[in-house]
Amino acid sequence: MSGFPIFPGEASTQAVSTDHITAGLTVLAAIIVLVVFGLVVGFAFRYRNGSRAKRGDLPEWVARDVEIGWTAATAFLALFIVWWTIAASLGSLAPQPGAMEIHVLAKQWMWKTEHPNGAREINALHVPMGEPVRLMMTSQDVIHSFYVPQFRIKQDVLPGRYTHTWFEATKLGTFHLFCTQLCGTEHARMVGDVVVMRPEDYARWSAAQPQGDDIAADGASLFHTLGCAGCHLGSAVHAPQLAGLYGKPVQLADGRSVVADDAFIRDMILKPKANVPAGYEPIMPSFSGLVGDDEILALTAYIRSLKDARETRG
Amino acid sequence: MTDAIAADHPQGLARARDYLHAGSTLRSWLMSTDHKRIAILYGITITVFFLIGGAAITVVRLELVSPNGNFISDDTYNKLFTLHGVIMVWFFLIPSIPNTLGNFLVPLMIGAPDMAFPKLNLASWYINLAGGLFTLAALVAGGVDTGWTFYTPYSTMFSNGNVLLAAFGVFIAGFSSIASGVNFIATIHTLRIAGMGWMRLPLFVWSIYAVSLVMVLATPVLAVTMLLIVAERWFGLPIFDPAHGGDPLLFQHLFWFYSHPAVYIMILPAMGVVTELITCFARRAVFGYTFMVYAMVAIAFIGFFVWGHHMFVSGQSPYASLIFSFLSFVIAVPSAIKVFNWTATLYRGQISFEAPMLYGLGFVGLFTAGGLTGLFLASIPVDVHVHDTYFVVAHFHYIMVGGSVSAFFGGLHFWWPKITGKLYSETWARFAAILMFFGFNFTFFPQFILGYLGMPRRYHVYPPEFQIYHEMSTLGASVLAAAYLLPPVYLGWSMFRGTRAGDNPWGASGLEWQTSSPPPPRNFRSPPALPDTVYDYHAQGKAPAADQASPRRRDSEARQNVDAAR
Amino acid sequence: MTESAAALREPWTSLEDQRRVAMFGMWTFIASEILFFGALFMGFSVVRVLHPAAFAEAAGHTNIWYGSANTAILLTSSFAMVMGLRAADLDLRRLAALCLAVTAVLGLAFLIVKGFEYKDDIDKHLVPGQDFALKAGAAQIFFSFYWGITAVHAVHLTIGIVLVSRLAWLLMRGDIAMRSPQFEVTALYWGFVDIVWITVYPLIYLGGGRS
Repeated sequence: MSGFPIFPGEASTQAVSTDHITAGLTVLAAIIVLVVFGLVVGFAFRYRNGSRAKRGDLPEWVARDVEIGWTAATAFLALFIVWWTIAASLGSLAPQPGAMEIHVLAKQWMWKTEHPNGAREINALHVPMGEPVRLMMTSQDVIHSFYVPQFRIKQDVLPGRYTHTWFEATKLGTFHLFCTQLCGTEHARMVGDVVVMRPEDYARWSAAQPQGDDIAADGASLFHTLGCAGCHLGSAVHAPQLAGLYGKPVQLADGRSVVADDAFIRDMILKPKANVPAGYEPIMPSFSGLVGDDEILALTAYIRSLKDARETRG
Repeated sequence: MTDAIAADHPQGLARARDYLHAGSTLRSWLMSTDHKRIAILYGITITVFFLIGGAAITVVRLELVSPNGNFISDDTYNKLFTLHGVIMVWFFLIPSIPNTLGNFLVPLMIGAPDMAFPKLNLASWYINLAGGLFTLAALVAGGVDTGWTFYTPYSTMFSNGNVLLAAFGVFIAGFSSIASGVNFIATIHTLRIAGMGWMRLPLFVWSIYAVSLVMVLATPVLAVTMLLIVAERWFGLPIFDPAHGGDPLLFQHLFWFYSHPAVYIMILPAMGVVTELITCFARRAVFGYTFMVYAMVAIAFIGFFVWGHHMFVSGQSPYASLIFSFLSFVIAVPSAIKVFNWTATLYRGQISFEAPMLYGLGFVGLFTAGGLTGLFLASIPVDVHVHDTYFVVAHFHYIMVGGSVSAFFGGLHFWWPKITGKLYSETWARFAAILMFFGFNFTFFPQFILGYLGMPRRYHVYPPEFQIYHEMSTLGASVLAAAYLLPPVYLGWSMFRGTRAGDNPWGASGLEWQTSSPPPPRNFRSPPALPDTVYDYHAQGKAPAADQASPRRRDSEARQNVDAAR
Repeated sequence: MTESAAALREPWTSLEDQRRVAMFGMWTFIASEILFFGALFMGFSVVRVLHPAAFAEAAGHTNIWYGSANTAILLTSSFAMVMGLRAADLDLRRLAALCLAVTAVLGLAFLIVKGFEYKDDIDKHLVPGQDFALKAGAAQIFFSFYWGITAVHAVHLTIGIVLVSRLAWLLMRGDIAMRSPQFEVTALYWGFVDIVWITVYPLIYLGGGRS
């Protein structure tokens, strides 16, 4: 690109809706700026020192009514914008059912991404056009932030927990991926490319990746090597069966009910005593320090795949 | 009453010609409890800090001319913008208007001989200086690379910079803010001249009162936050560390609980200053005085409940974000009212365009632009896009530099004759004001576009398509830098060669103009006469009188009167 | 010079005004201090909500005997402080000096007990770090707050002890006017530091699942 770009390309569904709000606010701001500047300049000229313009005090009620008038007008305008933008943000809050899930692991100073079939990339992300993609992100060290300007999405990536965002790409091409949370010396080099492809190209690309195993298969082998299978795959020890668990509510011993999502599974692996399911003894050991973030992602993917297995069977 | 004070005064300072001549030794300055001298001390330190912070950002702007960043290293770059932020926020902007102009003027404006706690006032300067020295020590001892926001876990577990000294410096400086706040609140409550009710205070005094409330109630939270950073980094006490189950977002909540109100610490006094400027040079009572007061108090109050709009993409609950977004729009209402009222004050005025007025009008324009871009940041979907980009950088520089710094220069020019007793060159002053306005817009307007295009902040290398805007910005910054270097020259010149100012060169209505320029050590030789109304520029129902028309003419008349009186 | 003139400070012309503004200033400062401790208590509470079990377990390892003893000592010191204030009001110089001295000594006693408690905690490996005694990660955060809050409170108390001892000393030497507002202001500060402890005590010591 050269010359004076003044507007970033719109390459996702969010980009369009965000730009509508931006455009609305820009028009509004321009009107207010013109009115205020016009009045300031106009008054400054008309009532300049020594001009012959009519002067004298306004009646008290005029001043008061004007004041009340523009206070109310500003307040209503503010409420209108609040309603408008909140309605827009509530619309994009809802998780996309059936979205393709991609895991993002951030560390100083690179992005690692993992596709559902186990294909892995560094500082790059290939995605199909026209398909909602949900990103599940965590960090190994400090806070990073995942930002794709052309998609108008940004989400901080925190250590010790998952954050999510989603997008649906609408344009083919290669777009910038930036880290926007100061994360250390090479913060400015923690950048990458998001490549949007036709779905069939994506399918071809991902099949051609040297993934070897898919991520859930990684998880399955970990499930055995770490000894999870000893209790969780039908044994004498009374432990919950995991097939069909993912995404379902779980009743806990202390009366709470939580949904078995990524964060829950992570907590169960690292801090099993914190959430004991109702009807089970708190006997599971913590795997904190034994498994890394990569491995937790793989285990989670495996447990999620068990859900799929059951649904097909049933 | 004044005689009784003079007789009691231990050092007989009351007999000195003016506060500048009440002792010429270094000690008489460094140990002075006179609010006017302390204001000068603050003036000197904030100027030094402004120059240091400005030098740091000059290097940063030069580096950004090229997208490849081959002038300084990544690490140096990060340390320079951190230095710029820390110094400018805590050691220039926050003390700038309250502790120099406020310290000098609040007692004068309410007809008091001094602040309520003169020794505490001096102590707060020393505390501020100590904090500043700690922070500068951090710079000398290797620098800090966390940004002024000190986000954990980077600042506590990963950064190699000298976070401890810097955080400790900020911690100490916080107590200076608290001491100043307590002092202003007590002074304004108890030392107003008889007959000066709350609704007759000049709006500058109101703004200092509002800002003091924020200083007293928000700064302690900053102090705790910095203390926890020190505890986690130095003593290894895990607090925010996610590996132990701590929550880095807790840090952000605590930090912004202070740092958002801190924005109002910077802008509220600027609003006060500008009100004084516009009323004086439009020769018109402020439009809607009571609304102006309520708006100021409302901003100070609601300002405590909007901090979460800095955290829309942080991972906080989206529902919390909705509420913070709503409250951020609510706070736009009183801010808008202030802009409308300044504009309406010009209506039917008798406007003249001396340098302080140019700064005042420039403030209205830049604050409007800065405030309106705040609406973009308060809308969640737009903020998600522009958060942590140059859009945010441009927005807060419009408020803090275009707003606060313009107002500070306007106030400095307005009260310079009172502070020093000398008049500066009006031509140079107008030139500097206009240059500053255009230099500022050249520097920061391109950054709005840059930010919307997606250029992240705190980047030292960047994709080449952003280069053109960085070049424009750097070009503008050099104009701005030149504009900032002018006032020290002609103001310094005026101190030695300037013509003597009369007591009231602008024909302004405040009590501070009733005493001599510069004022005597105890401020008033005889108690000032309270005018009929605050901003008594024209009598009710009458056009501005011809003799009120030209401030400069009144100035020469006033000077003759003073000379005649002597 | 009269009694009141001796107590009068710049820029005041009447002792009544001076007393009023001194108290007003101290109340304003206390408002600020409430936010200071409030932020610490809020941080503590947030992590407690995130990790209730670890916090309850960790609280069980605090030394409730030392904590309770210190609560009693500090409450008694406030009683002595108020007695001293009343004595100063009634112009009883020696009694006022005695009461203030008792206040300062009780404050010192608090610090000594605190010292024993710290020693005990260190021996039990309750300092967060490599060889911390408890397993749960959040227990370390509990003890981070424990050390932080108690240390900050101890610093406040030390300042109070210095202020009170100074007044007691000036009273004994007869160097201070009995009508000086300093008595009331110092007493107010002392009362505040005491109230902070009354909040710290249940927050830290009584939240444990003791058997």
